[in-house]
Amino acid sequence: MNKKESCSCTGSQIILPVIQEKSNCCPEAKEAPNIIPRMDQPFITGSITTPAGRIPKVSAQLQSRDNWGTIRARWGVGRMDYMVDPGLYALGNPDDNSPVLVTANYKMSFDYLRRELSSRNAWILVLDTKGINVWCAAGKGTFGTEELIKRIEASGLKNIVSHRTLILPQLGAPGVAAHQVKRASGFKVYYGPVRAKDLPAYLDSGWKTTPAMRIITFSLKDRAVLIPIELVAAVKPFLILAPILFILSGIGGPAGFWTNTVNYGLFAVLALLTAIVCGVVLNPLLLPFLPGRAFSTKGFSSGFVVALILLYLRDINLQAWPGRIEALSWLLIIPAIVAYLAMNFTGASTYTSLSGVKKEMRWALPAEIATGAGGLIIWIASRLIA
Amino acid sequence: MGNLIYLKNVVTLQLDENKCNGCGTCLEVCPHAVFKMNSSHAVIQNRDACMECGACSRNCPFGAISVEANVGCAAAVINSLLGREGGACSCSIEPGNNGNAGKGGCCC
Repeated sequence: MNKKESCSCTGSQIILPVIQEKSNCCPEAKEAPNIIPRMDQPFITGSITTPAGRIPKVSAQLQSRDNWGTIRARWGVGRMDYMVDPGLYALGNPDDNSPVLVTANYKMSFDYLRRELSSRNAWILVLDTKGINVWCAAGKGTFGTEELIKRIEASGLKNIVSHRTLILPQLGAPGVAAHQVKRASGFKVYYGPVRAKDLPAYLDSGWKTTPAMRIITFSLKDRAVLIPIELVAAVKPFLILAPILFILSGIGGPAGFWTNTVNYGLFAVLALLTAIVCGVVLNPLLLPFLPGRAFSTKGFSSGFVVALILLYLRDINLQAWPGRIEALSWLLIIPAIVAYLAMNFTGASTYTSLSGVKKEMRWALPAEIATGAGGLIIWIASRLIA
Repeated sequence: MGNLIYLKNVVTLQLDENKCNGCGTCLEVCPHAVFKMNSSHAVIQNRDACMECGACSRNCPFGAISVEANVGCAAAVINSLLGREGGACSCSIEPGNNGNAGKGGCCC
Protein backbone atom coordinates (compact mmCIF):
# COMPACT_ATOMS: atom_id res chain seq x y z
CA MET A 1 0.00 0.00 0.00
CA ASN A 2 2.82 2.34 0.82
CA LYS A 3 4.48 1.98 -2.50
CA LYS A 4 1.87 3.70 -4.56
CA GLU A 5 4.02 6.75 -5.30
CA SER A 6 6.89 4.60 -6.38
CA CYS A 7 6.93 5.92 -9.91
CA SER A 8 5.98 9.51 -9.40
CA CYS A 9 8.77 10.40 -7.09
CA THR A 10 9.88 13.95 -7.62
CA GLY A 11 12.32 14.19 -4.78
CA SER A 12 10.94 15.65 -1.66
CA GLN A 13 9.66 18.96 -2.89
CA ILE A 14 5.96 19.44 -2.73
CA ILE A 15 4.84 21.70 -5.48
CA LEU A 16 1.15 21.71 -4.74
CA PRO A 17 -1.08 19.34 -2.92
CA VAL A 18 -2.35 17.67 -6.01
CA ILE A 19 -4.13 14.60 -4.82
CA GLN A 20 -6.00 13.79 -7.98
CA GLU A 21 -5.07 11.02 -10.35
CA LYS A 22 -1.38 10.55 -10.80
CA SER A 23 -1.99 9.09 -14.24
CA ASN A 24 -0.23 6.22 -15.91
CA CYS A 25 1.97 3.79 -14.08
CA CYS A 26 0.88 4.14 -10.49
CA PRO A 27 -1.85 1.80 -9.37
CA GLU A 28 -3.83 4.37 -7.44
CA ALA A 29 -5.19 3.17 -4.15
CA LYS A 30 -7.52 6.14 -3.92
CA GLU A 31 -10.59 4.10 -4.72
CA ALA A 32 -9.81 1.62 -2.01
CA PRO A 33 -11.75 1.79 1.24
CA ASN A 34 -10.03 3.06 4.33
CA ILE A 35 -6.56 1.79 4.94
CA ILE A 36 -6.50 0.39 8.45
CA PRO A 37 -3.14 -0.18 10.13
CA ARG A 38 -2.13 -3.78 10.70
CA MET A 39 -3.69 -5.31 13.79
CA ASP A 40 -0.86 -7.77 14.44
CA GLN A 41 1.60 -5.15 15.67
CA PRO A 42 2.72 -6.05 19.19
CA PHE A 43 1.78 -2.74 20.81
CA ILE A 44 -1.87 -2.91 19.76
CA THR A 45 -4.16 -3.67 22.69
CA GLY A 46 -7.48 -4.05 20.91
CA SER A 47 -9.71 -2.19 18.54
CA ILE A 48 -12.46 0.37 18.51
CA THR A 49 -15.40 0.38 16.10
CA THR A 50 -15.96 3.53 14.09
CA PRO A 51 -17.99 4.49 11.00
CA ALA A 52 -14.74 3.96 9.07
CA GLY A 53 -14.20 0.46 10.38
CA ARG A 54 -12.32 -1.11 13.24
CA ILE A 55 -9.43 1.09 14.31
CA PRO A 56 -6.52 -0.41 16.25
CA LYS A 57 -6.21 0.73 19.82
CA VAL A 58 -3.00 1.53 21.63
CA SER A 59 -2.15 2.32 25.21
CA ALA A 60 -0.18 5.23 26.63
CA GLN A 61 1.60 2.72 28.80
CA LEU A 62 4.84 1.64 27.15
CA GLN A 63 5.83 -1.97 27.61
CA SER A 64 9.33 -3.23 28.30
CA ARG A 65 9.38 -4.34 24.67
CA ASP A 66 8.89 -0.69 23.58
CA ASN A 67 11.62 0.57 25.89
CA TRP A 68 13.98 -2.12 24.71
CA GLY A 69 13.23 -1.11 21.12
CA THR A 70 14.16 2.48 21.95
CA ILE A 71 17.48 1.38 23.45
CA ARG A 72 18.21 -0.77 20.43
CA ALA A 73 17.41 2.06 18.03
CA ARG A 74 19.63 4.46 19.98
CA TRP A 75 22.47 1.99 19.38
CA GLY A 76 21.59 1.68 15.71
CA VAL A 77 20.15 -1.84 15.95
CA GLY A 78 17.25 -2.23 13.55
CA ARG A 79 17.01 1.54 13.47
CA MET A 80 16.20 1.86 9.79
CA ASP A 81 13.37 -0.60 10.14
CA TYR A 82 11.82 0.60 13.39
CA MET A 83 8.41 1.45 12.10
CA VAL A 84 4.75 1.66 12.88
CA ASP A 85 2.27 0.83 10.16
CA PRO A 86 0.95 4.22 8.95
CA GLY A 87 -2.67 5.17 9.50
CA LEU A 88 -5.09 6.03 12.27
CA TYR A 89 -4.84 4.66 15.80
CA ALA A 90 -7.07 5.13 18.82
CA LEU A 91 -5.48 6.03 22.12
CA GLY A 92 -7.76 5.26 25.05
CA ASN A 93 -11.40 5.56 24.02
CA PRO A 94 -11.66 8.51 21.67
CA ASP A 95 -14.94 9.71 20.19
CA ASP A 96 -15.83 12.03 17.35
CA ASN A 97 -14.83 15.07 19.41
CA SER A 98 -11.42 13.82 20.47
CA PRO A 99 -8.34 15.60 19.21
CA VAL A 100 -6.31 14.18 16.35
CA LEU A 101 -2.55 14.18 16.84
CA VAL A 102 -0.29 13.61 13.87
CA THR A 103 3.12 11.94 14.05
CA ALA A 104 5.73 10.06 12.04
CA ASN A 105 5.91 6.30 11.71
CA TYR A 106 9.29 6.04 13.41
CA LYS A 107 8.38 3.83 16.34
CA MET A 108 10.27 6.01 18.82
CA SER A 109 8.32 9.11 17.71
CA PHE A 110 5.07 7.19 18.07
CA ASP A 111 6.03 5.87 21.50
CA TYR A 112 7.20 9.23 22.83
CA LEU A 113 3.90 10.74 21.74
CA ARG A 114 1.57 8.18 23.32
CA ARG A 115 3.69 7.98 26.46
CA GLU A 116 2.79 11.60 27.24
CA LEU A 117 -0.94 11.07 26.78
CA SER A 118 -1.76 8.74 29.63
CA SER A 119 -5.40 8.74 30.74
CA ARG A 120 -6.38 10.76 27.70
CA ASN A 121 -8.47 9.91 24.67
CA ALA A 122 -7.15 10.92 21.31
CA TRP A 123 -6.71 9.82 17.73
CA ILE A 124 -3.18 9.38 16.49
CA LEU A 125 -2.68 9.76 12.76
CA VAL A 126 0.62 8.21 11.75
CA LEU A 127 2.14 9.43 8.49
CA ASP A 128 4.32 7.23 6.33
CA THR A 129 7.76 8.78 6.82
CA LYS A 130 9.64 5.56 6.04
CA GLY A 131 10.56 5.12 9.68
CA ILE A 132 12.19 8.54 10.03
CA ASN A 133 11.42 10.89 12.92
CA VAL A 134 9.21 13.96 12.48
CA TRP A 135 11.90 16.62 12.13
CA CYS A 136 14.19 14.78 9.72
CA ALA A 137 11.21 13.58 7.71
CA ALA A 138 9.81 17.11 7.55
CA GLY A 139 13.19 18.32 6.29
CA LYS A 140 13.01 15.75 3.54
CA GLY A 141 9.34 16.38 2.86
CA THR A 142 8.11 12.88 3.67
CA PHE A 143 6.39 14.28 6.73
CA GLY A 144 4.71 16.62 4.31
CA THR A 145 1.65 18.31 2.93
CA GLU A 146 1.00 15.67 0.31
CA GLU A 147 1.37 12.70 2.63
CA LEU A 148 -0.81 14.34 5.29
CA ILE A 149 -3.62 15.05 2.84
CA LYS A 150 -3.40 11.55 1.46
CA ARG A 151 -3.39 10.00 4.93
CA ILE A 152 -6.43 12.04 6.02
CA GLU A 153 -8.32 10.63 3.05
CA ALA A 154 -7.02 7.09 3.35
CA SER A 155 -7.77 6.79 7.05
CA GLY A 156 -11.40 7.80 6.72
CA LEU A 157 -10.79 10.46 9.37
CA LYS A 158 -13.59 12.63 7.99
CA ASN A 159 -16.12 9.97 8.91
CA ILE A 160 -14.65 9.40 12.35
CA VAL A 161 -14.36 12.88 13.82
CA SER A 162 -16.94 15.64 13.65
CA HIS A 163 -14.40 18.46 13.92
CA ARG A 164 -11.88 19.49 11.27
CA THR A 165 -8.73 20.17 13.27
CA LEU A 166 -5.37 18.45 13.56
CA ILE A 167 -2.53 18.92 16.02
CA LEU A 168 0.89 18.57 14.43
CA PRO A 169 4.23 18.67 16.18
CA GLN A 170 5.79 22.05 15.53
CA LEU A 171 8.88 20.39 14.10
CA GLY A 172 6.70 18.97 11.32
CA ALA A 173 6.23 22.49 9.97
CA PRO A 174 9.25 22.43 7.60
CA GLY A 175 7.38 19.79 5.56
CA VAL A 176 3.77 20.83 5.93
CA ALA A 177 2.06 23.91 4.54
CA ALA A 178 -0.86 24.36 6.91
CA HIS A 179 -2.81 26.62 4.57
CA GLN A 180 -2.55 24.10 1.73
CA VAL A 181 -3.72 21.27 3.97
CA LYS A 182 -6.75 23.35 4.92
CA ARG A 183 -7.55 24.12 1.31
CA ALA A 184 -7.20 20.54 0.12
CA SER A 185 -8.69 18.61 3.04
CA GLY A 186 -10.72 21.05 5.08
CA PHE A 187 -8.64 20.28 8.17
CA LYS A 188 -7.07 23.18 10.01
CA VAL A 189 -3.56 22.46 11.23
CA TYR A 190 -2.59 23.56 14.72
CA TYR A 191 1.10 23.37 15.48
CA GLY A 192 1.54 22.02 18.97
CA PRO A 193 4.66 22.18 21.10
CA VAL A 194 8.11 21.10 19.92
CA ARG A 195 8.34 18.41 22.60
CA ALA A 196 5.74 15.75 23.27
CA LYS A 197 6.19 16.18 27.00
CA ASP A 198 4.56 19.62 26.74
CA LEU A 199 1.44 18.16 25.15
CA PRO A 200 -0.57 17.68 28.35
CA ALA A 201 -0.08 21.35 29.28
CA TYR A 202 -0.90 22.36 25.71
CA LEU A 203 -4.08 20.32 25.58
CA ASP A 204 -5.21 21.43 29.04
CA SER A 205 -4.72 25.10 28.25
CA GLY A 206 -7.04 24.94 25.26
CA TRP A 207 -4.25 24.43 22.73
CA LYS A 208 -2.12 27.36 23.82
CA THR A 209 1.64 27.24 23.69
CA THR A 210 4.06 29.13 25.86
CA PRO A 211 7.14 30.66 24.18
CA ALA A 212 9.31 27.96 25.77
CA MET A 213 7.23 25.21 24.14
CA ARG A 214 8.06 26.68 20.74
CA ILE A 215 11.84 26.76 21.15
CA ILE A 216 14.08 23.84 20.29
CA THR A 217 16.96 23.45 22.70
CA PHE A 218 19.96 21.14 22.68
CA SER A 219 20.33 20.21 26.30
CA LEU A 220 22.98 17.96 27.80
CA LYS A 221 20.48 15.10 27.80
CA ASP A 222 19.52 15.72 24.17
CA ARG A 223 23.18 15.58 23.24
CA ALA A 224 23.99 12.59 25.42
CA VAL A 225 21.35 10.30 23.88
CA LEU A 226 23.01 10.82 20.50
CA ILE A 227 26.37 9.44 21.64
CA PRO A 228 25.62 5.73 21.11
CA ILE A 229 24.64 6.12 17.47
CA GLU A 230 27.68 8.31 16.84
CA LEU A 231 29.91 5.70 18.48
CA VAL A 232 28.42 2.93 16.39
CA ALA A 233 29.03 4.94 13.22
CA ALA A 234 32.69 5.41 14.20
CA VAL A 235 33.32 1.74 14.94
CA LYS A 236 33.59 0.67 11.31
CA PRO A 237 36.32 3.13 10.27
CA PHE A 238 38.12 2.31 13.52
CA LEU A 239 38.12 -1.41 12.77
CA ILE A 240 39.57 -0.68 9.34
CA LEU A 241 42.20 1.85 10.46
CA ALA A 242 43.39 0.18 13.66
CA PRO A 243 44.93 -2.93 12.01
CA ILE A 244 46.54 -0.76 9.32
CA LEU A 245 48.23 1.43 11.93
CA PHE A 246 49.20 -1.64 13.90
CA ILE A 247 50.89 -3.32 10.95
CA LEU A 248 52.54 -0.10 9.73
CA SER A 249 54.05 0.39 13.16
CA GLY A 250 55.78 -2.96 12.92
CA ILE A 251 57.55 -2.03 9.72
CA GLY A 252 60.63 0.11 10.29
CA GLY A 253 61.59 1.09 13.78
CA PRO A 254 64.44 0.00 15.97
CA ALA A 255 63.46 -3.53 16.90
CA GLY A 256 61.78 -6.55 15.38
CA PHE A 257 58.29 -6.45 13.93
CA TRP A 258 56.39 -7.61 16.98
CA THR A 259 58.38 -5.52 19.41
CA ASN A 260 57.67 -2.46 17.28
CA THR A 261 53.97 -3.16 17.18
CA VAL A 262 53.94 -3.42 20.96
CA ASN A 263 55.96 -0.23 21.36
CA TYR A 264 54.26 1.91 18.73
CA GLY A 265 51.29 0.03 17.30
CA LEU A 266 49.39 -0.31 20.53
CA PHE A 267 49.85 3.38 21.19
CA ALA A 268 48.69 4.22 17.66
CA VAL A 269 45.51 2.22 18.19
CA LEU A 270 45.02 3.85 21.57
CA ALA A 271 45.52 7.29 20.02
CA LEU A 272 42.93 6.52 17.37
CA LEU A 273 40.50 5.34 20.02
CA THR A 274 41.14 8.49 22.05
CA ALA A 275 40.42 10.65 19.02
CA ILE A 276 37.13 8.86 18.40
CA VAL A 277 36.02 9.10 22.02
CA CYS A 278 36.92 12.77 22.06
CA GLY A 279 35.05 13.36 18.80
CA VAL A 280 31.84 11.49 19.48
CA VAL A 281 31.58 11.52 23.28
CA LEU A 282 33.40 14.56 24.70
CA ASN A 283 32.51 16.95 21.90
CA PRO A 284 28.75 16.41 22.07
CA LEU A 285 28.80 16.60 25.87
CA LEU A 286 30.96 19.73 26.05
CA LEU A 287 29.58 21.35 22.89
CA PRO A 288 28.43 24.68 24.37
CA PHE A 289 31.66 25.11 26.32
CA LEU A 290 34.18 24.41 23.58
CA PRO A 291 35.68 27.44 21.83
CA GLY A 292 34.51 28.65 18.45
CA ARG A 293 31.20 28.53 16.62
CA ALA A 294 32.22 26.14 13.88
CA PHE A 295 32.03 22.54 15.06
CA SER A 296 35.41 21.83 13.47
CA THR A 297 37.01 24.56 15.56
CA LYS A 298 35.59 22.93 18.67
CA GLY A 299 36.96 19.61 17.43
CA PHE A 300 40.44 20.88 16.58
CA SER A 301 40.86 22.57 19.94
CA SER A 302 39.53 19.73 22.07
CA GLY A 303 41.50 17.23 19.98
CA PHE A 304 44.69 19.19 20.52
CA VAL A 305 44.24 19.23 24.28
CA VAL A 306 43.43 15.53 24.37
CA ALA A 307 46.50 14.77 22.21
CA LEU A 308 48.70 16.74 24.62
CA ILE A 309 47.35 14.80 27.57
CA LEU A 310 47.83 11.49 25.79
CA LEU A 311 51.42 12.32 24.85
CA TYR A 312 52.14 13.43 28.39
CA LEU A 313 50.92 10.10 29.69
CA ARG A 314 52.95 8.24 27.09
CA ASP A 315 56.07 9.96 28.28
CA ILE A 316 57.74 10.13 24.87
CA ASN A 317 61.47 10.83 24.78
CA LEU A 318 61.49 14.36 23.33
CA GLN A 319 65.28 14.56 23.49
CA ALA A 320 65.59 12.43 20.37
CA TRP A 321 64.23 13.26 16.93
CA PRO A 322 62.17 10.12 16.40
CA GLY A 323 60.28 10.88 19.61
CA ARG A 324 59.75 14.50 18.67
CA ILE A 325 58.49 13.63 15.22
CA GLU A 326 56.18 10.98 16.56
CA ALA A 327 54.76 13.43 19.07
CA LEU A 328 54.22 15.99 16.33
CA SER A 329 52.42 13.47 14.16
CA TRP A 330 49.88 12.74 16.90
CA LEU A 331 49.38 16.43 17.54
CA LEU A 332 48.22 16.62 13.93
CA ILE A 333 46.36 13.34 13.50
CA ILE A 334 44.25 13.39 16.66
CA PRO A 335 42.88 16.93 16.24
CA ALA A 336 42.17 16.22 12.57
CA ILE A 337 40.08 13.15 13.39
CA VAL A 338 38.28 14.89 16.23
CA ALA A 339 37.53 17.93 14.06
CA TYR A 340 36.11 15.71 11.34
CA LEU A 341 33.90 13.81 13.76
CA ALA A 342 32.80 17.05 15.41
CA MET A 343 31.94 18.50 12.01
CA ASN A 344 29.77 15.49 11.28
CA PHE A 345 27.85 16.17 14.47
CA THR A 346 26.29 19.23 12.78
CA GLY A 347 23.69 16.90 11.30
CA ALA A 348 22.61 15.73 14.72
CA SER A 349 22.56 19.20 16.25
CA THR A 350 19.44 21.32 16.41
CA TYR A 351 20.76 24.67 15.28
CA THR A 352 23.06 24.42 12.28
CA SER A 353 22.00 25.79 8.90
CA LEU A 354 23.15 24.25 5.66
CA SER A 355 24.62 27.60 4.54
CA GLY A 356 26.68 27.62 7.71
CA VAL A 357 27.73 24.00 7.37
CA LYS A 358 28.86 24.61 3.80
CA LYS A 359 30.82 27.67 4.85
CA GLU A 360 32.46 25.72 7.65
CA MET A 361 33.28 22.81 5.38
CA ARG A 362 34.96 25.00 2.79
CA TRP A 363 37.89 25.55 5.14
CA ALA A 364 37.45 22.74 7.63
CA LEU A 365 37.38 19.75 5.33
CA PRO A 366 40.63 20.66 3.51
CA ALA A 367 42.19 21.52 6.87
CA GLU A 368 41.18 18.18 8.34
CA ILE A 369 42.45 16.25 5.35
CA ALA A 370 45.71 18.19 5.25
CA THR A 371 46.51 17.86 8.95
CA GLY A 372 45.39 14.25 9.06
CA ALA A 373 47.34 13.18 5.98
CA GLY A 374 50.33 15.34 6.95
CA GLY A 375 50.35 13.80 10.42
CA LEU A 376 50.15 10.30 9.01
CA ILE A 377 53.10 10.91 6.67
CA ILE A 378 55.13 12.35 9.53
CA TRP A 379 54.22 9.38 11.69
CA ILE A 380 55.32 6.91 9.00
CA ALA A 381 58.55 8.90 8.63
CA SER A 382 59.11 8.70 12.37
CA ARG A 383 58.81 4.91 12.12
CA LEU A 384 61.36 4.76 9.33
CA ILE A 385 64.02 6.93 10.98
CA ALA A 386 63.62 5.41 14.39
CA MET B 1 21.40 27.13 29.12
CA GLY B 2 20.93 29.79 26.46
CA ASN B 3 20.31 29.02 22.87
CA LEU B 4 23.33 27.93 20.89
CA ILE B 5 24.20 30.05 17.87
CA TYR B 6 26.04 28.76 14.82
CA LEU B 7 28.03 30.84 12.30
CA LYS B 8 27.09 34.47 11.81
CA ASN B 9 25.88 36.19 8.66
CA VAL B 10 25.41 33.12 6.53
CA VAL B 11 21.73 32.27 6.42
CA THR B 12 19.66 32.81 3.28
CA LEU B 13 16.50 33.90 5.08
CA GLN B 14 14.62 36.81 3.49
CA LEU B 15 11.38 38.43 4.58
CA ASP B 16 9.43 40.69 2.24
CA GLU B 17 7.63 42.99 4.63
CA ASN B 18 5.41 44.30 1.86
CA LYS B 19 3.91 40.88 1.22
CA CYS B 20 3.53 40.08 4.91
CA ASN B 21 0.07 40.71 6.36
CA GLY B 22 1.04 39.99 9.93
CA CYS B 23 -0.72 36.67 10.47
CA GLY B 24 2.07 35.52 12.77
CA THR B 25 2.34 31.96 11.47
CA CYS B 26 6.10 32.29 11.09
CA LEU B 27 6.46 33.19 14.77
CA GLU B 28 4.49 30.09 15.60
CA VAL B 29 6.46 27.57 13.53
CA CYS B 30 9.99 28.92 14.02
CA PRO B 31 11.83 26.79 16.60
CA HIS B 32 14.49 29.44 17.14
CA ALA B 33 12.37 32.57 17.68
CA VAL B 34 13.90 34.27 14.67
CA PHE B 35 10.86 36.48 14.08
CA LYS B 36 8.99 38.99 16.14
CA MET B 37 5.84 40.97 15.48
CA ASN B 38 5.93 44.60 14.56
CA SER B 39 2.77 46.68 14.66
CA SER B 40 1.55 45.36 11.32
CA HIS B 41 3.95 42.71 10.12
CA ALA B 42 6.64 40.24 11.12
CA VAL B 43 10.29 41.25 11.27
CA ILE B 44 13.47 39.25 11.61
CA GLN B 45 14.87 39.84 15.08
CA ASN B 46 17.55 37.17 15.29
CA ARG B 47 18.71 36.06 11.90
CA ASP B 48 21.83 34.24 13.06
CA ALA B 49 19.63 31.85 15.04
CA CYS B 50 17.99 30.66 11.81
CA MET B 51 18.85 27.10 10.84
CA GLU B 52 17.15 27.23 7.45
CA CYS B 53 14.62 24.52 8.23
CA GLY B 54 12.10 26.27 6.00
CA ALA B 55 9.09 25.97 8.31
CA CYS B 56 8.33 29.68 8.01
CA SER B 57 8.50 29.94 4.24
CA ARG B 58 6.49 26.76 3.72
CA ASN B 59 3.76 27.95 6.05
CA CYS B 60 3.60 31.57 4.96
CA PRO B 61 0.28 31.92 3.13
CA PHE B 62 1.51 35.04 1.33
CA GLY B 63 4.86 33.84 0.09
CA ALA B 64 6.57 36.64 1.99
CA ILE B 65 9.45 34.52 3.26
CA SER B 66 12.18 32.89 1.24
CA VAL B 67 14.96 30.68 2.50
CA GLU B 68 17.09 27.99 0.92
CA ALA B 69 15.64 25.35 3.16
CA ASN B 70 17.73 22.30 3.86
CA VAL B 71 19.26 20.20 6.57
CA GLY B 72 22.55 21.50 7.95
CA CYS B 73 24.37 18.20 8.01
CA ALA B 74 28.02 17.82 7.05
CA ALA B 75 27.68 14.07 6.52
CA ALA B 76 24.94 14.69 3.98
CA VAL B 77 27.08 17.24 2.17
CA ILE B 78 29.97 14.78 2.03
CA ASN B 79 27.71 12.00 0.81
CA SER B 80 26.38 14.34 -1.82
CA LEU B 81 29.93 15.25 -2.91
CA LEU B 82 30.80 11.57 -3.15
CA GLY B 83 27.61 10.81 -5.02
CA ARG B 84 26.49 8.43 -2.31
CA GLU B 85 22.95 8.03 -1.17
CA GLY B 86 21.79 8.48 2.38
CA GLY B 87 24.26 8.68 5.19
CA ALA B 88 25.02 7.67 8.72
CA CYS B 89 22.45 10.10 9.99
CA SER B 90 19.91 8.70 7.54
CA CYS B 91 19.24 12.17 6.29
CA SER B 92 19.86 13.14 2.74
CA ILE B 93 20.43 16.39 0.99
CA GLU B 94 17.70 17.59 -1.28
CA PRO B 95 18.32 17.99 -5.00
CA GLY B 96 18.95 21.71 -4.57
CA ASN B 97 21.71 23.41 -6.52
CA ASN B 98 23.93 20.44 -7.24
CA GLY B 99 21.13 18.10 -8.16
CA ASN B 100 23.20 15.05 -8.95
CA ALA B 101 22.80 11.51 -7.74
CA GLY B 102 23.55 12.60 -4.20
CA LYS B 103 19.96 12.88 -3.18
CA GLY B 104 18.68 10.06 -1.11
CA GLY B 105 15.93 7.74 -2.12
CA CYS B 106 13.47 9.30 0.20
CA CYS B 107 10.35 7.89 -1.29
CA CYS B 108 11.19 5.50 -4.07
